[in-house]
Amino acid sequence: MKKTKPDTLSFIPFPSAHGEAIKPHDAYARLARRMVITSLFISLAPLLLVLAITLNRYDSTTREKIYNNLSAVVEHNRAEIDAFLKEKTSNLQSLILFSPPEVLQEPGVMESHLRRLRRVYGPVFEDIGLVSATTGILTSYAGPFRLGAADYSQAEWYLEFLQSNQTHAVSDVFLGLRGMPHFIIMVKAIDNNGKPWILRATIDFESFNTIVRNLRIGERGFVTILNRQGELQTRPLQDISPHTEVYQKLLNSPSGDALIFHQAKDKNGHNQIYVAGFLKNGEWMLISQQPESDAFSDLIRTRKMGIFLFMGCTLVIAFLATRFSRQLVHALQRKEAEKQMMNRQVIETGKLASIGELASGIAHEINNPVAIMVEEAGWIDDLLAEENPDQIKNMDEFRTSLNQIRTQGQRCKEITRKLLTFARKSESSNEALLINDMIREVLPLCEPRARYAQVSIETRLAPDLHRVMASRTEVQQVILNLANNAIDAMENEGGSLSFETVNHDDFLEILITDTGPGIPEANLKRIFDPFFTTKPVGKGTGLGLSICYGIIATMGGKLEVESMMGAGTTFRILLPAIREINVDEENSFHES
Amino acid sequence: MIKRKVLLTDDETGFVETLSKRLEKRDFRLAAAFSGDEALRVLAENPWVDVVILDVKMPGMDGIETLSRIKLEFPLVEVIMLTGHATVETAIDGMKKGAFDYLMKPCDIDILTAKVDEATARKKAHEEKIVSAKAMAIANQRGD
Repeated sequence: MKKTKPDTLSFIPFPSAHGEAIKPHDAYARLARRMVITSLFISLAPLLLVLAITLNRYDSTTREKIYNNLSAVVEHNRAEIDAFLKEKTSNLQSLILFSPPEVLQEPGVMESHLRRLRRVYGPVFEDIGLVSATTGILTSYAGPFRLGAADYSQAEWYLEFLQSNQTHAVSDVFLGLRGMPHFIIMVKAIDNNGKPWILRATIDFESFNTIVRNLRIGERGFVTILNRQGELQTRPLQDISPHTEVYQKLLNSPSGDALIFHQAKDKNGHNQIYVAGFLKNGEWMLISQQPESDAFSDLIRTRKMGIFLFMGCTLVIAFLATRFSRQLVHALQRKEAEKQMMNRQVIETGKLASIGELASGIAHEINNPVAIMVEEAGWIDDLLAEENPDQIKNMDEFRTSLNQIRTQGQRCKEITRKLLTFARKSESSNEALLINDMIREVLPLCEPRARYAQVSIETRLAPDLHRVMASRTEVQQVILNLANNAIDAMENEGGSLSFETVNHDDFLEILITDTGPGIPEANLKRIFDPFFTTKPVGKGTGLGLSICYGIIATMGGKLEVESMMGAGTTFRILLPAIREINVDEENSFHES
Repeated sequence: MIKRKVLLTDDETGFVETLSKRLEKRDFRLAAAFSGDEALRVLAENPWVDVVILDVKMPGMDGIETLSRIKLEFPLVEVIMLTGHATVETAIDGMKKGAFDYLMKPCDIDILTAKVDEATARKKAHEEKIVSAKAMAIANQRGD
């Protein structure tokens, strides 16, 4: 590849996006991928670590808090229920203290006591009755049921209470004679005759139940009371089967004040947290249970939020990493391409230089033999002139041949002359030049040819053009060369040739445009190659543009070509401008 | 017409031989040399030489040096430099050092002849001036 067609007006042309791949494209893709992965890892790993640690810490503290909460609730309620039962018991105890059994047997006394109790404590006491501890017969009763002289001698609670040496007791829940679940509080008493009695009161199951039922934990947590046999002492909020393994396990734990924590799956497969504590001297057990999802709903929500946040961050980071990596790789690619371009230019210049050396060598070596050949031809010509033309059969042929030798010798001379121009090192002196003046000086040289080829010449020269440091003759040579090429291109059909100069920040631009037939794409690439020519054999040496390129390159500028078939060709010269200050200094120096 | 008397100096033997033959055909009186040293020697042996045609690029003593020596030893002899293109600057340099003119190889024989004529004419003019100056000097000495 030689020179690229410039697609932007910049001093150092960037390779176009569709330009040939300098390195395999997937190498860059691989690099980008690696960068993305690395940056993802670097940014996500600490994030993940922090998140994991935080969630873990949060998890454990939350769990601790929840357990503390649960135990507090259970502890509190256990105390509450114990206090309730104790209070009711002491109510009965005080009642029997002030109204001994013989008083209670008097008609109306029981009723008035029940009324008083209900008035003071609410409808907790359903009924009260006095049972003989010897016969088990209900002797006195106040309450809504018509129990008559009920015989409790076979009742479980009665027997149990008699056997125990306790002065008071609370029974488990049972159906009893009335066929409804209830439990009773009993107190032993001795009358004046030394006969033992039992004062029993039925606690309104519903009101007790309400106390326990109202103990709710969280949204779906609740509390139940079981006795040692695993029978429900309250009606729980949710249906539970107290004979399942979980409850048995809890009930089998050693009695004491300590709370028991347990976690297990319920029948629906949900994880439940159980906190249990014994009450009523270890006869009953208060069990609170709460689904884990409920207890840890906060924790789960936080965890979800953390994961969601992490996902969000990951997405954002991934996006940014991809974007930046791509940008970086793109920049890298561009830099690389730029470097390649520079290298190519250096190689190009080097190539021209070595061709130059070669050319000068060839020129010297060719020149002498050619000179001798031309002289020999001249000598033959001289000798022929002495002969009688009539005696020589092919006299005309000889003359034509000799002329040809002379002509071709001249052609060789022309080639070597241009080769040497091309090879010549820039020894001509540089000066601050106004390109506009150069163009004006060259124009008269092209005008006769242009007129002959019916080419009109226009100029659009920027006023106040920057000066350039260059050799006068070289600049003229370049302009003349390009102008002549343009006129050659338009020789057949005529057209217009325009010279334009444009000022830029630190460089200037010279445009030489023709309306000729244009240069085919294939030729554009080789147009600055030495010896590349499209002119007929003998007409051009193919060195003109090469020389121009070399001259502009040594001036630190650029020579570019743009062409469209059928529309014309533009040669663009970019030359570095010298700073105006320098010119002013120079002027003031001259003036002083 | 005065016979043109020329010394042809070039390291290219073929060139010298052929050009000599052609110039002799044109009624030149010729001497030939193939190096700078030889040119000086031939000049010393053949004082009739009016014009030296001197190739700029020669091995050993090159054209410019030879020119300086000729101008030093034979100031009246005119020198026409013969050059390839690479040495145009050298040829111009030579003219500053006293060469009469320069020609490019390969050169047209007629142009060469014309140049030789001009050079000869100048040399003759110089010589005449010297002769008349000498005559004047002698006349002055005689006190006329």
